[in-house]
Amino acid sequence: MNLTLKIWRQPDAASTGAIHTYQLADVSPDMSFLEMLDVLNEQLNEQGEEPVAFEHDCREGICGSCGLMINGEAHGPEVTTTCQLHMRSFSDGDTITIEPWRSDAFPVIKDLVVDRSAFDRIIQQGGYVSVNTGAAPEAHSVPVPKDDADRAFNVATCIGCGACVAACPNGSASLFMGAKITHLGLLPQGQPERDTRVVNMVAQHDAEGFGGCTNIGACTASCPKEIPLDVISQLNKDLRTAIRHGH
Amino acid sequence: MKVTTGPSGESYDDAAGYYTPGEPIVDTKAPAGPIAERWQTRQFEARLVNPANRRKLDVIIVGTGLAGASAAATMGEAGYNVKSFCYQDSPRRAHSIAAQGGINAAKNYKEDGDSVHRLFYDTVKGGDYRSRESNVHRLAEVSASIIDQCVAQGVPFAREYGGLLDNRSFGGVQVSRTFYARGQTGQQLLIGAYQALERQISAGTVSMYSRHEMLELIVADGKARGIIARDMVTGEVETHLADVVVLASGGYGNVFYLSTNAMGSNVTAAWRAHRKGAYMANPCYTQIHPTCIPVSGSHQSKLTLMSESLRNDGRIWVPKNQADCDKDPRDIPEEDRDYYLERIYPSFGNLVPRDIASRAAKNVCDEGRGVGPEVDGVRRGVYLDFADATQRLGKDAVASKYGNLFDMYARITGEDPYSVPMRIYPAVHYVMGGLWVDYDLQSTIPGLFVTGEANFSDHGANRLGASALMQGLADGYFVLPHTIRDYLADGPFEPIAEDHPAVVEARESVQSRIDHFLSVNGTRSVDSYHRELGNIMWEYCGMERSEDGLKKAIDLIRTLKDDFYRNVKVLGAAETMNQSLEKAGRVADFIELGELMCIDALNRRESCGGHFRAESQTEDGEALRHDDEYAYVAAWEWAGADAAPVLHKEDLVYTAIEMKQRSYK
Ligand SMILES: Cc1cc2nc3c(=O)[nH]c(=O)nc-3n(C[C@H](O)[C@H](O)[C@H](O)COP(=O)(O)OP(=O)(O)OC[C@H]3O[C@@H](n4cnc5c(N)ncnc54)[C@H](O)[C@@H]3O)c2cc1C
Ligand code: SF4
Ligand code: FES
Repeated sequence: MNLTLKIWRQPDAASTGAIHTYQLADVSPDMSFLEMLDVLNEQLNEQGEEPVAFEHDCREGICGSCGLMINGEAHGPEVTTTCQLHMRSFSDGDTITIEPWRSDAFPVIKDLVVDRSAFDRIIQQGGYVSVNTGAAPEAHSVPVPKDDADRAFNVATCIGCGACVAACPNGSASLFMGAKITHLGLLPQGQPERDTRVVNMVAQHDAEGFGGCTNIGACTASCPKEIPLDVISQLNKDLRTAIRHGH
Repeated sequence: MKVTTGPSGESYDDAAGYYTPGEPIVDTKAPAGPIAERWQTRQFEARLVNPANRRKLDVIIVGTGLAGASAAATMGEAGYNVKSFCYQDSPRRAHSIAAQGGINAAKNYKEDGDSVHRLFYDTVKGGDYRSRESNVHRLAEVSASIIDQCVAQGVPFAREYGGLLDNRSFGGVQVSRTFYARGQTGQQLLIGAYQALERQISAGTVSMYSRHEMLELIVADGKARGIIARDMVTGEVETHLADVVVLASGGYGNVFYLSTNAMGSNVTAAWRAHRKGAYMANPCYTQIHPTCIPVSGSHQSKLTLMSESLRNDGRIWVPKNQADCDKDPRDIPEEDRDYYLERIYPSFGNLVPRDIASRAAKNVCDEGRGVGPEVDGVRRGVYLDFADATQRLGKDAVASKYGNLFDMYARITGEDPYSVPMRIYPAVHYVMGGLWVDYDLQSTIPGLFVTGEANFSDHGANRLGASALMQGLADGYFVLPHTIRDYLADGPFEPIAEDHPAVVEARESVQSRIDHFLSVNGTRSVDSYHRELGNIMWEYCGMERSEDGLKKAIDLIRTLKDDFYRNVKVLGAAETMNQSLEKAGRVADFIELGELMCIDALNRRESCGGHFRAESQTEDGEALRHDDEYAYVAAWEWAGADAAPVLHKEDLVYTAIEMKQRSYK
């Protein structure tokens, strides 16, 4: 296929960016989206133009590194990660616009690379179970109903990619945060810190400049791991309970 | 049969001229005595560090995969002053996140005869008797605590209806000792370790340096005392000093370019340490994983693994007749199918260990019975068929066990594996070689410790499934924090200044490499060199190696290296994010490593585990080991850029286990 690519180029955080247009020929439908960008970068390098910076590592849809706005959609037209999106989702002659995640809380570092360290700082505020190494009880001493374990697993699969934030008109990270709150809230190990966890994580979320959730649902629609919207209800419920408990 | 004897009886060394023989090497830290008591003895003998003194001790840990994050969290909890480094934007993205199948532990929850001793035995045997007995025993001993730890952290392992943990069996093993979280076990284990690490970051015991790449090790007055790292956002070259350095920087399978590793996985941290005096052990031991999605074309940037848990229910076959290879597999009748693993290895069938499954697949494809698209004139693929399993268990049960893998396959290939058998082919997956460490996980440089895939000690010539995750977490949570104490008990060490000659030398070396890459302004991209290196390695140092092929590869790599330094093209600047520059440094180190891997493979004229030497096979084509000559660890010392490496041999002594020829027939 032959494609026209409109790509956001920005040399660094301090500079202003602009869309540049490139032509790319002979793209195979079996290529992943990132392989298509590899081919473009080889072409740019050859022409003496600096390759486009974009993030990626596993290329298996699990590390959460890759993430691009493709034609205005987080991770593009399919419900998957950018690295697992394949060119067979596009047609010959298409024009594709590629931009970095859009969110004030994710400032651009260069080209398509943004800073998502705000997610780590939210986790630092309580997205864990406080157990020191070596202090754990025998694993079978605390049974967990299978349904709870399965559900905890389903929401624990969040890869921290940030698509939910990028897709949200408010720039809210509620889906990301709700996934962690729900994961730990479903397990007996997560109970003792349940109230402080939600209060502190939400406070950090707001301090980072993420917006509030108004239940639009764009987050879950673009989440490659299909984290359901009800984790946000769970988040709100936990927050109300914690406040009722005097936090 | 003595293979090192030439045709007319003279003694014969394939690698003569490629290396210099060195003094033998021994592991002085493993206590003597009965194997089951050694770890307890060592823990007791390792000196303690008073809690008040721990704050004064600076520990650098490079890598935040399972091995690094677990170590950083645990050392932080203990009160040391930890600095943690990774090249990704967040520690949660380390390559461990991609591990699919599961993690072993000797819990015997299934009452099927498992025990610490059996896990130990299976792991040593699976590693083809080329791992270190005392290390592996310790691994089996601490395995059960790993599960306890992870469950307490909230890792959502698979459970049974009674609420207890579920287990499954995994490649090459006849008991069910593998704990798993659907097909994403590595992700859940890493998130657990990452959360423990973030907790320590918030507590102030760990400082996190993400988007930082270690480019040099500082060795001052004979001890590892810090690293030089590049801030990958600003380009600043930073000096970080400490009392001890831990490398948990993962494996180097990307030397092959196409592999199942994350794209950023590299050898730089380990290789820079190697050039500073850390020995590199068994570098040629590469695990080729049998169940990857086959290559589809020349644009391919990486290969995707399908968890080998699929082999529990999927049946592997190819057509009996070459003429059927391009037919729709559903139209090939039962009698025209060759279920070759079940045929050749009736007792293990589709569950034979990885090296055997991989080679068998290569053999049938080389015979011309491969399936799928032709790439470069050969069909490289075999069927992994779930038709029987779907009949036996129902589609829903198959979907609930393997659904996410099936979806992944469908997304990558555009084919529906519920109706058409999947196609798989072997791919480079894991390296058993790595920096040499003693029982304390300390390298040949005092104060440099190495954990996880970056070290060599636990897996021998072949790693069994579900044991890398076990080793990473065993090292980080339970082994290193004890053994490192003994070293740190002599600290804090005399502070060194930033103008210490060792620091200056390390900084300058980093700076001059950066300046070099940016100034060559040649004609070829970094990636094109990486691909070429990968092709050489796969062709001559991949699934099967021979004397002639390896010698040819060494010549090709030397020529490539020369061309790379003169003709690479790296655009952009040093003082900004520059991904081509990052890759150039990594590829430079891969090229040197690749040469050493070939020399190591040339020296080892035997077949064992992932190392198959064409010159050493039985009459029916099985791997033939030579315990009388090669029961050693090959530990290589760097002798300089233009000198042959020095080979030190560590004899492998088995006291608790009898060396046997492996047979899965
Ligand atoms: C697809 C796949 C599936 C697998 N499935 C299984 C399985 O089911 N069971 C199993 O037991 N094993 C499995 N493995 C193997 C296992 O995942 C790895 O061996 C293991 O996770 C390695 O962990 P590690 O902590 O040693 O290194 P890694 O997780 O690779 O971490 C390396 C770390 O080092 C950092 N780093 C590297 N170089 C530098 C540098 N120069 N400067 C700064 N930081 C650096 C990286 O940023 C990263 O944080 C699988 C592997 C793959 C590829
Ligand atoms: S909730 Fe979904 S979209 Fe948001 S970070 Fe997690 S995986 Fe990505
Ligand atoms: S590169 Fe890891 S999720 Fe896309």
